[in-house]
Amino acid sequence: MMALWQSFVLGVHELMPWFDGSIATIVIILIKAMALIMPLLLTVAYFTYIERKVIGYMQLRIGPNRVGPKGWLQPIADALKLMTKEIIFPSKANIYLFLLAPILAIAPAIAVWAVIPFDEGIYITNLDVSLLYVLAIGSIGVYGIILAGWASNSKYPLLGALRSASLLVSYEIVIGFALVTVVMIAGSVNLNTIVADQQGGVINWYFIPLFPMMIIFFISALVETNRAPFDVVEGESEIVGGTHVEYSGMTFAVFFLAEYANMILMAVLAVIMFFGGWHSPFEGLGMLEAAFAWVPGIIWVLAKSTFFMFLYLWVRATFPRFRYDQIMRLSWKVFLPITIVWIFVVALMTQLQIGPWFS
Amino acid sequence: MSSEQIIFYILSFWFIATSLAMIFARNAAKAVLFLVLGFFSAASIWILLEAEFLAITLILVYVGAVMVLFLFVIKMLNIDKSTIRAKFAEYLPLGLIVALIIIAEMFLVLGSAQFGLEVMPSPARHGADYSNITVLAMQLYTTYVYPFELAAVILLIAIIAAITLVHKKEATHKKQNVSEQVNVRAKDRVRLVSIVSPTKEEK
Repeated sequence: MMALWQSFVLGVHELMPWFDGSIATIVIILIKAMALIMPLLLTVAYFTYIERKVIGYMQLRIGPNRVGPKGWLQPIADALKLMTKEIIFPSKANIYLFLLAPILAIAPAIAVWAVIPFDEGIYITNLDVSLLYVLAIGSIGVYGIILAGWASNSKYPLLGALRSASLLVSYEIVIGFALVTVVMIAGSVNLNTIVADQQGGVINWYFIPLFPMMIIFFISALVETNRAPFDVVEGESEIVGGTHVEYSGMTFAVFFLAEYANMILMAVLAVIMFFGGWHSPFEGLGMLEAAFAWVPGIIWVLAKSTFFMFLYLWVRATFPRFRYDQIMRLSWKVFLPITIVWIFVVALMTQLQIGPWFS
Repeated sequence: MSSEQIIFYILSFWFIATSLAMIFARNAAKAVLFLVLGFFSAASIWILLEAEFLAITLILVYVGAVMVLFLFVIKMLNIDKSTIRAKFAEYLPLGLIVALIIIAEMFLVLGSAQFGLEVMPSPARHGADYSNITVLAMQLYTTYVYPFELAAVILLIAIIAAITLVHKKEATHKKQNVSEQVNVRAKDRVRLVSIVSPTKEEK
């Protein structure tokens, strides 16, 4: 497989030798990006279908079942409907910023995937500061929501944007501190090294020494992606639809895509940081390890992140929406002190060289 | 011209263009967005210089946090455009003089006498295994560990000072106690009373 890919890369370089092979390199990167974005967008489409089905069954309903067998053509029908709908521009809106906002929401949500490792050696780029890259590019996504609120020139979107700006900035700090503990154990900000460091069975995965950080990371991920029970940015019962009020058709669909791409990203990140990435859970178990040795690492990454994606839906179907000031209190007065204390705990564990993680 | 030079000139031109656009933008929110674009160009130039840690920190801190708060504040302000443009001619000579002084200073300090290729030859390219963040961390936590810690303490003092300045005394404002609100039960707030409704004869 790898040999086939390498011969393909060499072939492209021979076909396009201009600018010392720079053009060929760009073409290779584009092919890699398409190989990632296409499945990602397909996953997003079917994630919305699974969300409606799962929440439907949790509420003793059936969910979508009309389009295609068992309703599995529903996302395609939804996409077609959104694409053919008219895009309405509010007359007092700032058109350029109004159209720029959805692009600013989706572009970082997809660009972040460039550094995510799916298996040993399977990634678009192996950046040395990939964890910081994820945090930096992820933090740009908030501009989409803020601009959408401001450019719409409407009251409810503005309220939604204000809520979003303050929420995202406060929870980014929490996520940053929670991930500092991961970096302290792994001794690297390279996602590949972080996963490679968790080799050797479930006992080596970071969720054991960092259990509170794992919980905090997951809850903060819910806030960062504007998911229930923290979806005050949309808050249908309070501010109609938040930043999405003035958006229709494809412009709205792009916001939707960005939100779901971010959800999947956060699930994959949780797996990479705390649940051993591409490592099999049967490592070091003799018989079982040999029996599952044929499963490629990418399957493990996807299987583990599917569990977290399911958790998003489970949480949404279970909890009522938080009040805005309670979310802020949770961030600054509960999570931030816990993460700072845990940084000292991890420093202590490193000094005492505890367990398989710190030696 | 190598492809690296072409990229450098595109980025530099873009950096200057966005900086100028930021200054001349009439709308404060648009000015902030042009500044964000400028930060991106600066970060890209740093990546060309193999300083990827600095580049990503610039985006993480300034684009991801500081500029978001700027936009936040700008949205809250009620900016009257006429007051901004008033007295433009009155301030113009002073502004021009200050600008000229700054340009002269920059020319003297950053000119080719100090930073020319003879004084400072262009750095050698490192291999693919060169880790900018490791080199930076080695310097920060060994050679410059005391200045680094001092800077951290000064920043902490600044944070505490800012909080003390805006912190109000308990008596001057009313505050909700969230844990009290969360712990409240129905029987604390609602008293259910069974009322026997009078029949027709009793009326």
